[in-house]
Amino acid sequence: MTVAINCEETGKKLQETIAGSVISAGKADILVDANKLLQVAGYLKNTAGLDFDYLTFVTAVDFLDYMEIVYRLVSLKNNQSLILKTRCFNRENPVVPSVVPVWRAAYYQEREIFDLFGIKFDGHPDLRRLLLWEGFVGHPLRRDYL
Amino acid sequence: MEINRPEVSTPQEADLAEGQLINSFYAQCTSQYPDPDRWLDEKLQRNLFLTTVDTAVAWARQRSIFPLMFGLACCAFEMIGMAASRFDVSRFGMDIFRWSPRQADLMIVAGTVTWKMAPAIRMVYDQMPEPKWVIAMGACAVSGGTFRESYSVVPGINRILPVDVYIPGCPPRPEGLIYGITQLHAKMIKGTIDNPNLALK
Repeated sequence: MTVAINCEETGKKLQETIAGSVISAGKADILVDANKLLQVAGYLKNTAGLDFDYLTFVTAVDFLDYMEIVYRLVSLKNNQSLILKTRCFNRENPVVPSVVPVWRAAYYQEREIFDLFGIKFDGHPDLRRLLLWEGFVGHPLRRDYL
Repeated sequence: MEINRPEVSTPQEADLAEGQLINSFYAQCTSQYPDPDRWLDEKLQRNLFLTTVDTAVAWARQRSIFPLMFGLACCAFEMIGMAASRFDVSRFGMDIFRWSPRQADLMIVAGTVTWKMAPAIRMVYDQMPEPKWVIAMGACAVSGGTFRESYSVVPGINRILPVDVYIPGCPPRPEGLIYGITQLHAKMIKGTIDNPNLALK
């Protein structure tokens, strides 16, 4: 079984390395600032002892006041996992940096989130609709859809 | 069966054995070959069977349907079950499911059709040679089913294709599908050479 690591310790370590990156770090997950997301991703992937080389999934949740993007990371080397979250507050034009340069696995899932939630991923190589057709109006998984 | 093989040691003996075999065959050919319907009485032998060309052709079409695989969702498993040995649709002349629309004349649309899938399904339908038939299998293909109000599902494939037989159910049992196919047979036998799938003109 993959062991979920203690996120409080990892959050402290992250805050020391990249100042102002961590907003809160609970037992289960780390919430980071969207502006520092790429730096955090690079740190988590390339630091010895963490080695999060495998992105299991990316998904998003709509909380009406903000939208949260959730990343589940797994380290195949150390057999441990971590849940990373970030938030964007602008509903009209939500933008979050893309993690495709770090984990290629995010390519299709970020396209899917763009399609169904309308969140734009800055730096994504080819951000197009994935499941719905070109010309579709709206983003169906948002809670205010319909 | 025991094979009667003569024991021979020289070419002359082999020729002799061969000659004996040919003579025995020849002896069977001297009398007239018996008529296969000699057990019928004379009146029946002289009876004729009359039909129209339309019916004969429609009957032949009806008994050799080549269905196209078009499983889109859970209905596909009932379709596969129908083709397998337990329900055995080979009894109705549908032996082989074709993977190419160019070799098929019946499309069984089994499952939910999304709008993104709609252009593909229309293209496959257009590639099938005439005459062709379509079965809408399951609630989703018939009317959109549970997903009728959804943003991504076609509310019934009759919006994009002409449908011959609708089979409701979620999913319909293989018996239901076989019943639908027999209904299609009943429709096919009414077809003519000019208008095999009873298209409205």
